Amino acid sequence: MFAQIEEYFRLEKMPHIWCPGCGHGIVLGAMARAIKQLGYDQDKTVVVSGIGCSARASGYLDFNTLHTTHGRALAFATGIKLADPELNIFVVMGDGDCTAIGGNHFIHAARRNIDLNAVVFNNNIYGMTGGQYSPTTPQNKRATTAPYRTIERNFDLAELAKSAGATFVGRGTAYHAKMLTDLIVNGAKNKGFSVVEAISQCPTSYGRRNKMGDPVDMIKWQKEQAVNIKAAGNMTQEQLGDKFLIGVLHQDEAPEYTETYQEIIDRAQGTVKK
Amino acid sequence: MSNTLLQLGPSEIKIKKHWCKACGICIALCPKDVLEADDKGKAVAVAPEKCTRCGMCEMHCPDFAISVEVER
Repeated sequence: MFAQIEEYFRLEKMPHIWCPGCGHGIVLGAMARAIKQLGYDQDKTVVVSGIGCSARASGYLDFNTLHTTHGRALAFATGIKLADPELNIFVVMGDGDCTAIGGNHFIHAARRNIDLNAVVFNNNIYGMTGGQYSPTTPQNKRATTAPYRTIERNFDLAELAKSAGATFVGRGTAYHAKMLTDLIVNGAKNKGFSVVEAISQCPTSYGRRNKMGDPVDMIKWQKEQAVNIKAAGNMTQEQLGDKFLIGVLHQDEAPEYTETYQEIIDRAQGTVKK
Repeated sequence: MSNTLLQLGPSEIKIKKHWCKACGICIALCPKDVLEADDKGKAVAVAPEKCTRCGMCEMHCPDFAISVEVER
């Protein structure tokens, strides 16, 4: 029932501006349900976003919200977390926002293992600006900036997060909305930097140019292409082909940044001997 | 109040027409063909009695336009 999460929305801003069939609304709903499950105090929860289609999310949600500059959502969120480590912070980014413009902030937030929950709305394109290819646009796809198809290899966002030091990495899709909610809940429970990559569909700027059909075809594509990591073990490389894995892809333990920082404060103030 | 499935009343499918953008996702994902498109492509619950309250439509509506309410 929508009524269960209605309190988290700024209803006067609805209906939202996302295109018909855009997956971002589904991902936003999964996120709102996750926060409901976590039972976080609305006033102790912060949603920070960057720039792009996904970044509109902060405007529709009724928490403490910040719509920041392109690629810098994690930088703002880092500041907020250091100022008040008690806050629960969700950082909404798009694929371009996170891995291109904000690529540096992303790897360093992961390296620091700061307790932030990054939710990356990955639709493989810069939708808002008209369909330029992003670092996650797969090779050999069309975009306004790649009329003869892309030649670059794409980032695997989850692998990138893992190698940079994130202690929780999960991937879900708009189709697997229930799983996406669970991933965001588990990511939020992780004391450290958590990344949940949400595969979303952009029918207007990506699907149309790449002949992926209507929004229904695109969401069914996610269903067919995604393989649960638990099932992948029993599959051959051939069966996996160009499918992608979903589920909890990585979990690790490492010192959390604000906790380590507090130790420094305590030492400097002499409340704890060196 | 018990919340076992059998003791629940029929579900009521609420559709906010002014939020619906006629993408068709709810209609396609409903496993029981409860929904159909109207002349503008927007969802209408034509067979609410077949609804099993699985929540697929609501969970996958990008526009928060459809909600499965359960009468008690």
